[in-house]
Order: sequence, then C-alpha cells, then structure tokens
Amino acid sequence: MSILHTVNKSPFQKGDLSSCLAHANAEDAVLLIEDGVYGAIAGTDAANEIAAANTNIYVLGGDLAARGIASEKVAQGVNVIEYDGFVDLVTEHKAVNSWL
Amino acid sequence: MSDESIKKFMYMNRKAPYGTIYALEALEVVLIGAAFDQDVSLAFLDDGVFQLTEGQNTDGIGVKNFSPAFRALGDYDVNKLYVEKESLEARGLAESDLMELVWEDEDDDWAEKPSIKVVSRDELKAIMGDQDVIMSF
Repeated sequence: MSILHTVNKSPFQKGDLSSCLAHANAEDAVLLIEDGVYGAIAGTDAANEIAAANTNIYVLGGDLAARGIASEKVAQGVNVIEYDGFVDLVTEHKAVNSWL
Repeated sequence: MSDESIKKFMYMNRKAPYGTIYALEALEVVLIGAAFDQDVSLAFLDDGVFQLTEGQNTDGIGVKNFSPAFRALGDYDVNKLYVEKESLEARGLAESDLMELVWEDEDDDWAEKPSIKVVSRDELKAIMGDQDVIMSF
C-alpha cells in the first residue's frame, strides 16, 4: 500500500517539493501539478533532487503545456501523464497527500 | 464500532500559526473529526512545528491565540502528535521549547502521558506511509 503525493507549488518559490521528496517512500508516487510542474524542468536543482529521490515521479502534461514547457524540457525519469493517468494513480494508491 | 470501519487519519501541519489561517482551520477540523472515533494522529513538520511553541501571546496582533486549544486534544482521544526532529532543529527549536501536552490513559489509572512524540524524518515517513487518509494543511 502506498501514498500518492501531489505538489502544486513551484520549487523556485517554495520548499514543498523538497519536503515532499524527503517524505515519499519508495513505493509511493509524487505527481507534479499546477505550478508544481516547473519542478520537472531538466537541469535545475529541483531536477537533481528528483533524480536523487527514491520514489516514482509524474508530471501532468496539461499543466506543462499550459505553461509552455515542452516535453523535451522534462527531466529524465519524470513520467508525463494526462488526466486519465492522474485518475489511475489515484485508484492505485491507498491515500492522497496534497502538499499545499 | 467494528475495527474494519476504523481508519488511520493523519492531519499534516506544515504552516506557521498566525501568518495564514491554515493552522487554525486544521485544528478546527481535528476537533470536529475527533467525534468520529477514528485512529487520529497529527504530524508537525516544516513551519508547522511553530504551532506548538510554548508561551504564545497574541495580545499585540489582535488575533486569537488558539494554542491553548491543543491542550484539549487529549480529552478527545487525540494523543499522537508527531513532531519532526529535523524540522525543529532547522528552526533553532528543541522539544523543551514546545507546549507540554498530555492525555489521561484510562487503561492505566488515568495516568497523564505526553501526547507529543518527537520523531525523525525517516520515522515520520514510515508512519505517513501507514495512513489510510492524510489531510494536509
């Protein structure tokens, strides 16, 4: 059993992503949504933290597109999903934890 | 109430008490939720640890000091308050800077026991992974 974590704040403005990554278990999933998707951009401190985290990372494609972040800009190891994938993640995990 | 219907609820507190309304609202939700006989715990991490400091006095800011309400939690069988050690240390705080919160154990001749348990980040991570419901504030 595991937890789906969602992060909706930019890591360049707030520490929520760092804190979430530090508390995610290996079998958990972390989904970046809304301004949280900025954390998926390759070559940043946030991307390094994501790479170092031992958990599963996803980012919502619609929120990336809305912000003009092309999928080529997304760091390796981050899985781009759409709303149907979001729904799948919710059903696959025991609980959802929103890092507000 | 049968055991199957009891779920593990964690209320996660990550914000300081007076800058935003989150902390007060979280405490209100916990007090309301306490009526439902669930397995409730509270986690305090990041700036959330500031909610539990001893000696809060809001006279100078015209806002209600809601910290005494934490003392009521024990009477509602809410007696697992996990405080993250790393978050305390990063903010120059120690357990001795926090309010003394207790609950009375009816199975142990109503002995007063501490409600606050300082845990490491790894311990909190494991406790979090064990929850059925997490409400984050």
